[in-house]
Amino acid sequence: MFNNLQEFYNFLPMILIGTGILISVTVELFSKKSLTFLSWFSIVLFFLVGIISLWNIDSKSVILQNMVATGGYVNIFYALFSFTGMIVCLLSIDYLKKYEALFGEYYILLQTSILGMMLMAAAKDLFVIFLGLELMSVSFYVLAGINRKRGNAIEASLKYFLLGAFATGFVVYGIALIYGTSQSTSIDVIASKFVELSGNLLFISGVLLFLIGFSFKIAAFPFHMWVPDVYQGSPSTVSAFFSTAGKTAAFSAIIVSLFALFTSGASKIITPYLSVISVLSMFFGSIVALSQTNIKRMLAYSSIANAGYLLIGLAASNSEGIAGVIFYLTAYSLMNLGAFGIVSIIESKEEKNLEINDYAGLSNKQPLLAGLLSLLMFSLAGIPPFAGFFGKYYIFMAAIKSDLTILAILGVLSSVISVYFYLRIVVLMYFKESDLELGLYKSNSGLLALFISVLLIIILGIFPGSFLNIINSAL
Amino acid sequence: MTITIEYYLILSAFMFIVGVAGVLTRRNAIIVFMCIELMLNSANLTLVAFSSYLGSSVGQLFVFFVMTVAAAEAAVGLAIIIAIFRNKLTVNIDDINILKW
Repeated sequence: MFNNLQEFYNFLPMILIGTGILISVTVELFSKKSLTFLSWFSIVLFFLVGIISLWNIDSKSVILQNMVATGGYVNIFYALFSFTGMIVCLLSIDYLKKYEALFGEYYILLQTSILGMMLMAAAKDLFVIFLGLELMSVSFYVLAGINRKRGNAIEASLKYFLLGAFATGFVVYGIALIYGTSQSTSIDVIASKFVELSGNLLFISGVLLFLIGFSFKIAAFPFHMWVPDVYQGSPSTVSAFFSTAGKTAAFSAIIVSLFALFTSGASKIITPYLSVISVLSMFFGSIVALSQTNIKRMLAYSSIANAGYLLIGLAASNSEGIAGVIFYLTAYSLMNLGAFGIVSIIESKEEKNLEINDYAGLSNKQPLLAGLLSLLMFSLAGIPPFAGFFGKYYIFMAAIKSDLTILAILGVLSSVISVYFYLRIVVLMYFKESDLELGLYKSNSGLLALFISVLLIIILGIFPGSFLNIINSAL
Repeated sequence: MTITIEYYLILSAFMFIVGVAGVLTRRNAIIVFMCIELMLNSANLTLVAFSSYLGSSVGQLFVFFVMTVAAAEAAVGLAIIIAIFRNKLTVNIDDINILKW
């Protein structure tokens, strides 16, 4: 299995998560009061895995019969997934109590889905991508409906399940056609044959079906219809997890598959597809978000628009683009965790306080939350001293460098539109009054999670260069 | 007459299209789910056909993974459909629309 001890250490993050899952299942099975233990166990586990991944970032290797890569940008993704998981666990502790959804499975499913994401990011073979994708998705279907007595949650779960499984069908059929024409499932072998096979109709339809399946998962335009409903119906902390870790994982799998193509220059073949769906999702997301009244739906449409910005970085098909995408994914994860985190704290029982108008006058009632939310909204809108600005900047620069200037201009235009609906919330919070009683639940762990994400956004905004250097040296 | 690989590919492509059309047009959640299984099985047929054509066992191995995953998905999916039936006493997708579809 492993040729030496170093390879074992490189694989340690996944082994730890796997062990964690087994321990959690056993504890959940035999103990009646396991919830507190499971939540803090997951937080510690995710923190440890994140630290170990960052520690091992330099030791690149390909292990397990050329199935799994370790080190480099793979470990950045590991760290991103586990820290996202940690923040979501911190937010969930009090949120689950608020809804009396005291299920230990919640934390186990978070762990299994993160194991699936790690497999996707580390994949060197279509086998592993498929298994990781399914491990993640099946856990997500259950997580969306974890609060099974609430109609909205179970409905979101059904919609996510039907459309997610539909997308899986595309991915599997695409993989079957790719395997048949290239005679291999190894990503490196397929990439080396990509140019000679690019005239083969079966192969190209396989690649397109594969990309269509993943466009569902990243919530790009023609395949976005599940996003608003699922984000609105699922528990807010779970929506936070879908929109950050879920999207990052789908992008990591696309990056893994495309990265092998860069050396041969064959990635230019799929640039038109990526450019078209990126422009469509940017404008669709930003324009429809303008008319939303529910804050979770608004964040869902903003997530569609952000998938568009990220696709620009992939369409640029150079290493600057990939570095920009990884930077923006990090920034976007932190921003969305913060935004959905605040939504989950302000939300009260029976899904009250989810309308954008409920945020009017928040600066008087909850000055701290209002301040944090305006910071996050400024960052999402892409206003300079925060991380969101630099993420977009790096992506647009990469697009200009590979002669996709029009794409960069359209991206800037779309982010100008999006400033309106992000700043509308800030204006409501500070310049409108409202008599509405919010009836907040105190959540100290939730506040801790918010502080961590906002602090990291500010640090990334002040020192964007040093993080970009880490990414560049890891590519 | 020998059955060449093209026949298998055409049959599986046909099955895939039937599956996609079924997902897009049928309104009963269980039938939609059956159509998704049909899509997965058409991919399985393609994999097995290619595997025997190329003389490599990788495709057949993949089929076992796909079947296992499809079984896991079926377990979760049917559980979700049962939960929604208890909640609303229907599995018709058009009636399940508190959220905008």
